[in-house]
Amino acid sequence: MSLDKLKQIITDVMKEVDVVIGYKQGFDPLHATPCFITKPEQVDQVIWNPLCVQNLTSYLTSLKKKVGVVVKGCDSRTIVQFMQEGLIDRSKVVVIGIPCTGVVSVRKVLEKVKHEPIEEVKFGDDGTVIVKTPSGETKMALSEVAPDKCETCQYPTPVVYDHLAGEPIKSTKDPQSVFKDIEEFDKKSLEEKKAYWEKEFDRCIRCYACRNACPMCVCQDSCIAESREPHWVSQKSNLTEKTMFHMIHALHLAGRCVECGECERVCPMGIPVNKLKRKINSDMKVLFGYEPGVKPEDKPPMFTFSVEEKNIEEHKL
Amino acid sequence: MSEVGPKELRIVGFLCNWCSYGGADTAGVSRFKQPTDLRIIRVPCSGRVDPLFVVKALLNGADGVLVSGCHPRDCHYSDGNFYARRRLEMLKRLLPFLGIDDKRFHYTWISASEGQRWQQTVTDFTKQIHKLGPLHSGKEAQQ
Repeated sequence: MSLDKLKQIITDVMKEVDVVIGYKQGFDPLHATPCFITKPEQVDQVIWNPLCVQNLTSYLTSLKKKVGVVVKGCDSRTIVQFMQEGLIDRSKVVVIGIPCTGVVSVRKVLEKVKHEPIEEVKFGDDGTVIVKTPSGETKMALSEVAPDKCETCQYPTPVVYDHLAGEPIKSTKDPQSVFKDIEEFDKKSLEEKKAYWEKEFDRCIRCYACRNACPMCVCQDSCIAESREPHWVSQKSNLTEKTMFHMIHALHLAGRCVECGECERVCPMGIPVNKLKRKINSDMKVLFGYEPGVKPEDKPPMFTFSVEEKNIEEHKL
Repeated sequence: MSEVGPKELRIVGFLCNWCSYGGADTAGVSRFKQPTDLRIIRVPCSGRVDPLFVVKALLNGADGVLVSGCHPRDCHYSDGNFYARRRLEMLKRLLPFLGIDDKRFHYTWISASEGQRWQQTVTDFTKQIHKLGPLHSGKEAQQ
């Protein structure tokens, strides 16, 4: 996909919308940051490379204007989910899709270069990243530093778009292995799983970054994790309260999480927050044959019911 | 939560006002013997039971949680228990993932006339929880 083509599409879309959300260079060569383009001369700021990791659709529910938005395959599922839940007016959103060949996890790159200052980042045609630091150049394959979500990506081409910058590409990943890690983890004993989550959740500093970055967390200021009445979680800093917060986040996303991985990406403590939601999604697939954010005409399973549930059996004591 | 005797465990029951609470009442009026570990919370409908109620109870000292509503198709509000069934099934599958035995959580349907069935359910569920023992160690529960 060429950057010129993307810029051309954005210039055209600018004529019919108030703002286009895209990516621009961030504070150092390893970071891209969202940019809001309102004037034609700003189009030149736009970049596209595997560092463009953010899910820009997170802004859509709070913007009242007519918006153009640049989306990757995974981000586009958010738009479909918004449509299913009636959270956006599709006629006010122009979707600029990008067929994505995979992004990089900034955290994984920084670990590889031992958190040294970044001087330059280059991308080779053969799917490599070359990172220059004061101590020299490090070359790594894209697949080495890809976030976990890319490893099972089923939708590299956006599932919904008005303009597509480039040719559609097909996923090469096995659809059967999407929830393989979840199944593996579920096989462990209860004690092991409990110990795992205690260790993970204990690190949580309750910064709520996972919630704030989540495109499907649409309650905003009414979030029950911060309300005093009812008092779901207290200000105490203990494991119970931390676990409770993560359960609120997971259960409020039951059958809605589009697995964009933003929660995990923004977590300053590196907690695998997305794992709980992926577990619920794997159950949704088994119970209701439902996958979030794929077909606009679907209804999220928790928003509806059927009188005879095919896959739910009554539990005996 | 209040202090309990050495042999008693804490079980929280969310019962719908129209069927299961009535069923528990029938059992009481008929003087069926029941274990005393269960503390009942009356809710308007099983559809009112947020899965987070169950999680909150389990994290904050309960050893088991029982949710009971009207039989499917018998809901006072016509479809509350259908929504509840989906949510509670989702939760039942999630709990073992977190390392909590899903036997500590049970959901069932009991009508107002089924006093006998209520007694049976409470007795069996309490027995099941006693077999599993307390969920929290003393130190954790004090936090």
